Amino acid sequence: MPKTETMTKVFARPRSLTEKKFTYCPGCHHGLITRILGGAIDKLGIQERTVVVAPVGCAVFAYEWFRCDGVQAAHGRAAAVATGIKRANPDLVVISYQGDGDLAAIGTAETIHAANRGEAITVIFVNNQIYGMTGGQMAPTTLDGQATTSSPRGRDPATMGHPLRVAEMIAALQAPMYVTRQALYDAKHIAQATRAVEKALRYQVEKRGYSLVEILANCPTGWKMPPVKANEHIAATVTGVFPLGDLVDRG
Amino acid sequence: MPKGKVVVDPERCKGCGICVATCPFGVLEMTSTYNSSGYPVVGAACPDKCTGCALCALACPDIALEVYREVGAGERRGG
Repeated sequence: MPKTETMTKVFARPRSLTEKKFTYCPGCHHGLITRILGGAIDKLGIQERTVVVAPVGCAVFAYEWFRCDGVQAAHGRAAAVATGIKRANPDLVVISYQGDGDLAAIGTAETIHAANRGEAITVIFVNNQIYGMTGGQMAPTTLDGQATTSSPRGRDPATMGHPLRVAEMIAALQAPMYVTRQALYDAKHIAQATRAVEKALRYQVEKRGYSLVEILANCPTGWKMPPVKANEHIAATVTGVFPLGDLVDRG
Repeated sequence: MPKGKVVVDPERCKGCGICVATCPFGVLEMTSTYNSSGYPVVGAACPDKCTGCALCALACPDIALEVYREVGAGERRGG
């Protein structure tokens, strides 16, 4: 019979994360994305020169969890703040971590122009199709017909528009080096998303340019679904509206 | 014969149940224990079935799981 002494640890907390507990709701993918980023920072050995720009939203406390430098940007302006940091010190690895309310609504201008200028930053876009922190209101990425606290009868495209496909929008520009959309609803997709985040950071380390990793995340609380069911909803429905895969890879 | 071991940190676990749904061998289950934050926590119901594949830990959003694997288990399984 094996004993603990003969066993090796095959899964542990990334070194570039602090010991603090996440403040996210049970089952929320934000925690997974934070861990994936921490693991990628470890793997590339860039903790000492990484700066994480936190958004306004559920991830507003991101600087609490990363054991590296951080700035908490004004709502939607993370890409602009990241631009300033990167231009002031191009040797830093600058990550802009943003949700859909932050990146795709109030921060649309900063998002598009940072991408269009090809700023050498990595943008992690957490698309959970809802405003989580403020109580589950409709976001630009909310699905057609999806009920939220501000669209209680479901999103009506006639008056509210269709969900905004950010990755496709950024992929239409000439400058971005890497644009991809990933999901986290099962182990296989978590592994794929991990590789995508590592590639996006590696491109920045190699000074290639702008990259955006859109991640289809859940919001069990905002969607009013148990976490396992929320993951199934992403697999069955959300990926139909937001197709997965690399859109641009100029590396 | 068990080849792995999963250790749950009950103070980090929020009882979301994603690991229970992810484990291919039915090792984990929701317990009736609550942590100091008031969340129900998961536990290893059938630890003997654990192979140390770490899929549960891969899917855990709160880094509440640590996974250990018997040294050389991978090679023996392959052979």
